[in-house]
Amino acid sequence: MTTTADTTWVAVCPLADLAVERGAAALLGDVQVALFRLADGTVHAVQQLDPFSGANVMSRGIVGTRGGEPTVAGPMYKQVYSLRSGLCLDPVGYEPRPGHEPVLVTYPVDVRGGVVHVGAAR
Amino acid sequence: MTAATETQRLVVVGGGMVAQRLVEALLERETGGWHVSVFAEEPRLPYDRVALTSYFSARDPEELVLGDPAMWDDPRVTLHRDCKVEGIDREARTVTDRLGRVHAYDELVLATGSSAFVPPIPGADLPGVFVYRTVDDVAALRGWVDQVRAGRADDTVERPVRGAVIGGGLLGLEAAGALRALGAQATVVQFGTHLMDVQIDLGGGEALKRLINDKGIAVRCSSATERMRADRTSGHVSRLDFADGGRLPVDIVVVATGVRPRDELARAADLPVGERGGAVVDLACRTEDPHVSAVGEVACIEGRCIGLVAPGYAMAEVVVDRLLGGPATFPGADTATKLKLQGVDVASFGDAFARTEGAMELVHADPVAGVYKKLVLADDARTLLGGVFVGDAAPFASLRPMLGAELPGDPGAFLLPEGGGGGAPQLELPDGAGVCSCNNVSAGTIRGAVTEHGCTDLAAVKACTRAGTSCGSCLPLVKKITTAELERAGIEVSNALCEHFELSRAQLFDAVRVADLHTFSEIIERFGRVPEAAADDLPVGPGRGCDICKPTIASILASLGNGHILSGEQASLQDTNDHVMANMQKDGTYSVVPRIPGGEITPDGLLVIGQVAKDFGLYTKITGGQRIDMFGARIEQLPDIWRRLVEHGFESGHAYGKSLRTVKSCVGSTWCRYGVQDAVGMAVELELRYRGLRSPHKIKLGVSGCARECAEARGKDVGVIATDNGWNVYVGGNGGFTPRHARLLAEDLSSEELLRTIDRYLMYYIRTADRLQRTAAWMEDVEGGLDGVRAVIMEDSLGICADLDAAMARHVGEYEDEWRAVLEDREKLRRFGSFVNAPTTPDPDLAYVAERGQRRPATADERADAPVIAGPVLEVRV
Ligand code: SRM
Ligand SMILES: Cc1cc2nc3c(=O)[nH]c(=O)nc-3n(C[C@H](O)[C@H](O)[C@H](O)COP(=O)(O)OP(=O)(O)OC[C@H]3O[C@@H](n4cnc5c(N)ncnc54)[C@H](O)[C@@H]3O)c2cc1C
Ligand code: SF4
Ligand code: FES
Repeated sequence: MTTTADTTWVAVCPLADLAVERGAAALLGDVQVALFRLADGTVHAVQQLDPFSGANVMSRGIVGTRGGEPTVAGPMYKQVYSLRSGLCLDPVGYEPRPGHEPVLVTYPVDVRGGVVHVGAAR
Repeated sequence: MTAATETQRLVVVGGGMVAQRLVEALLERETGGWHVSVFAEEPRLPYDRVALTSYFSARDPEELVLGDPAMWDDPRVTLHRDCKVEGIDREARTVTDRLGRVHAYDELVLATGSSAFVPPIPGADLPGVFVYRTVDDVAALRGWVDQVRAGRADDTVERPVRGAVIGGGLLGLEAAGALRALGAQATVVQFGTHLMDVQIDLGGGEALKRLINDKGIAVRCSSATERMRADRTSGHVSRLDFADGGRLPVDIVVVATGVRPRDELARAADLPVGERGGAVVDLACRTEDPHVSAVGEVACIEGRCIGLVAPGYAMAEVVVDRLLGGPATFPGADTATKLKLQGVDVASFGDAFARTEGAMELVHADPVAGVYKKLVLADDARTLLGGVFVGDAAPFASLRPMLGAELPGDPGAFLLPEGGGGGAPQLELPDGAGVCSCNNVSAGTIRGAVTEHGCTDLAAVKACTRAGTSCGSCLPLVKKITTAELERAGIEVSNALCEHFELSRAQLFDAVRVADLHTFSEIIERFGRVPEAAADDLPVGPGRGCDICKPTIASILASLGNGHILSGEQASLQDTNDHVMANMQKDGTYSVVPRIPGGEITPDGLLVIGQVAKDFGLYTKITGGQRIDMFGARIEQLPDIWRRLVEHGFESGHAYGKSLRTVKSCVGSTWCRYGVQDAVGMAVELELRYRGLRSPHKIKLGVSGCARECAEARGKDVGVIATDNGWNVYVGGNGGFTPRHARLLAEDLSSEELLRTIDRYLMYYIRTADRLQRTAAWMEDVEGGLDGVRAVIMEDSLGICADLDAAMARHVGEYEDEWRAVLEDREKLRRFGSFVNAPTTPDPDLAYVAERGQRRPATADERADAPVIAGPVLEVRV
């Protein structure tokens, strides 16, 4: 674990372990995050918990774009989220589970030396 | 007539289309104290005579029943079926039925329709000569064709059944099409100079003849039939002799030379009849006797009887309004007609023969294409008086309501082929313009269905307004108006798949196939559209797809045979379930469904599934699809579970895919004392043939061993029912949200023919259906409906059968078990890790409780109350 100015970074996996345009879950202590490696080479990290189903499944959604904005669709009920802001762009008529908000926590990602690092939540 | 205060007796003679509408309209208006008794000569509920020809394919008279049959159970209505009225006593105000019973009326309505007119040709009464008016006529005709064919069964040379139709009008051509549909030859014998000479001119008739010939129907114009001759041994009709000395050998003859009003009751009751028959009525539909009205084809109104249903419906509404004290009068008849013969477009309306003083004709003819189009305009060269369309009746629907109005722009533009020369100007119909004449629905009413009643698609508009629910000829226009109105209301109706593709799924399928593309990147590069960027800092480009287009393209690529669904870039397109080849459950774990073809499983197979479920702690349940589902498998367990299953001969059941699910079967002749064929064997064969076939939505089949139908095959996309001679195949069934019974596609097929028929049906569906459209919904959209599909796959009307066959042969040849392939591929196995940095660690949040001897996900409350069985219990690692 390394610490830069105000962020604590955790090395998670080699970039090569992430499939392009598909997600993968990672376990950081007891926090579950979903990592997405996009076609343009960037990697995004959001919470693995799906606010609409309460299950840890976000990494298994379909990656895509909306007006150029990189997105992931919740695999359970198909809500669409921005991968950059975590905001739910389309709740498709559903409400989040009690105690949850229609937004995903996002985490900073840094790929250094071919290794994906995830920082503390923004 | 006066408005009724206490119960008054209305008697309607005749239980046809117009009588049905009259009763329906009266009930809609709460009847005002009337009780109505309907006397019907036919033994069935009033049915859709206009759609009579479809009885050849549907064969289920119930499908022709008009309106809601529950109407006849209303206490204010009594229907006497099979109960002809034999006489009227106007003085006593009674009618006498065929059983001699006398019924009193306060008001009497004659709705006795017409009978087929048979000219006095010698031999017209021979066995084998038919008319075409009722369900019984059609059943008899069909039976005769079957009988002739059966009689030939032992002939060494196969000879087709030879049919002739006397009369080349609308009805005759429809009958000729029906003969062809029965597999008989057909020759249309027309007395006049050209076909449909009442509706279209000679030029149109010539074009029509070519189109009719293309349907395999022969045409003989200017031919008077002098005599029908009998076969010496059988006594059945066997030859037509013409006035010009010509002869035509025949096995069956249909006479379609017009109709005559059934005015015999009116005549006997001394009511005035028209010059050419029919009970004379005024514009209130009243005869000379103020207590007797006449409606429909039997009514002689404005000096003539009208052989169309729409004016009859209008008369029914007039009578109902009058019964309730209203002032309605007959609005005049729209006599526009459209031929209902699959693949032959003919329509005429208004002054088709330019008989109006000073009328001008504008003609576009393309003899090679068999197209003839004519507009009749008033002397101002703008006001539309009528038209004839042959070969391309597309402009008919939108021009017909413009009758009597000025056309915008250059009238010639309406005659040009669509897309050529700029095409016709957009017509904006006034709200008052009639669109559906069968049901008297105006453009304004259709717009209102969208704006006021919140209808958002064609189906809803049809249900709400009844427009398009009878003959269907107005449907294109109803659709156009609906679409325009929805667009105006800001409701998206484009058939674009999503923001990334302008094309519909069917268009995309063809595009991908023709352009021979094999990856998503190529496809979006070539056919994608560039959406507006959502923010300034975002790149402008076609984007990278979404959860709608990606799985759709994944499915198209799979249907076209592009290797394993998880190979290369394809993996990134797969829906959540396909990506791990299992169905995600509410807690993020998965269900595992091995294929159990036809529901047949050995005791050893059951033991394997039982042992696997036990070892991995999975909840088990028998599914509605005759197989076993194991629930609660974690993503990282899936390969281990499948390794065990594959080792014992199981394979993927594709419960996760938009693909073949199951072929449900009953036990059939193997054990059942009633079974006439091996239903299980056929189900297994079908399931193995179509397993893994990717499609627009899931596909389910069923096979029953006899007509008792224990496999509920008619609730499936394709249902097969055993007969003494082979198999009947039904298509377009559905359970789910909108249950529908599958309809008969073909009968008595051999096993080989059955496979070929289903092959083509499924491939045609896969190529042309919309995304997530089950076959039942697709059958409603597809060109020509059931008949259209039959023409394409049984008669190769589009010439694509060889292509469909080849596509299915490739699927069958290339099939491999997806799960087995993954187990052999280390790279693909990697996606099944639970965490990229801890691939075998279970999701720590999973929690279960025991119920009825098995485990299930804990509810939120139960989690709070702990203790729960958490994490990996009863687990075996291999
Ligand atoms: C497991 C099963 C229920 C059971 O325990 O019996 C089931 C389970 C589901 N059905 Fe079903 N259906 C099951 C038989 C049926 C049947 C009965 C049958 O096939 O004979 C029907 C009605 C017949 C039909 O399809 O016409 C049926 C009509 C539906 C529908 C409505 C489809 C429609 O056209 O209206 C859906 C929703 C959809 O597909 O959009 C659906 C969707 C689902 C989903 C996918 C819902 C979901 O999104 O999670 C369930 C997935 C379960 C899973 O993860 O495995 N399921 N479902 C049955 C699996 C059968 C199998 O062996 O594959
Ligand atoms: C094959 C075919 C295709 C057609 N296609 C079209 C089309 O595309 N468009 C169109 O507008 N029209 C079409 N028509 C015509 C349309 O069907 C008729 O205009 C319509 O059915 C007339 O309705 P109706 O109630 O007046 O008569 P019908 O529907 O004929 O009903 C009259 C009923 O009264 C019964 N009846 C007669 N006498 C007695 C009695 N004494 N007692 C008791 N019952 C009696 C008869 O048995 C019959 O059932 C078609 C007709 C046929 C046969
Ligand atoms: S009926 Fe509903 S709850 Fe039951 S299996 Fe089908 S989709 Fe699930
Ligand atoms: S015009 Fe016949 S259904 Fe509309």
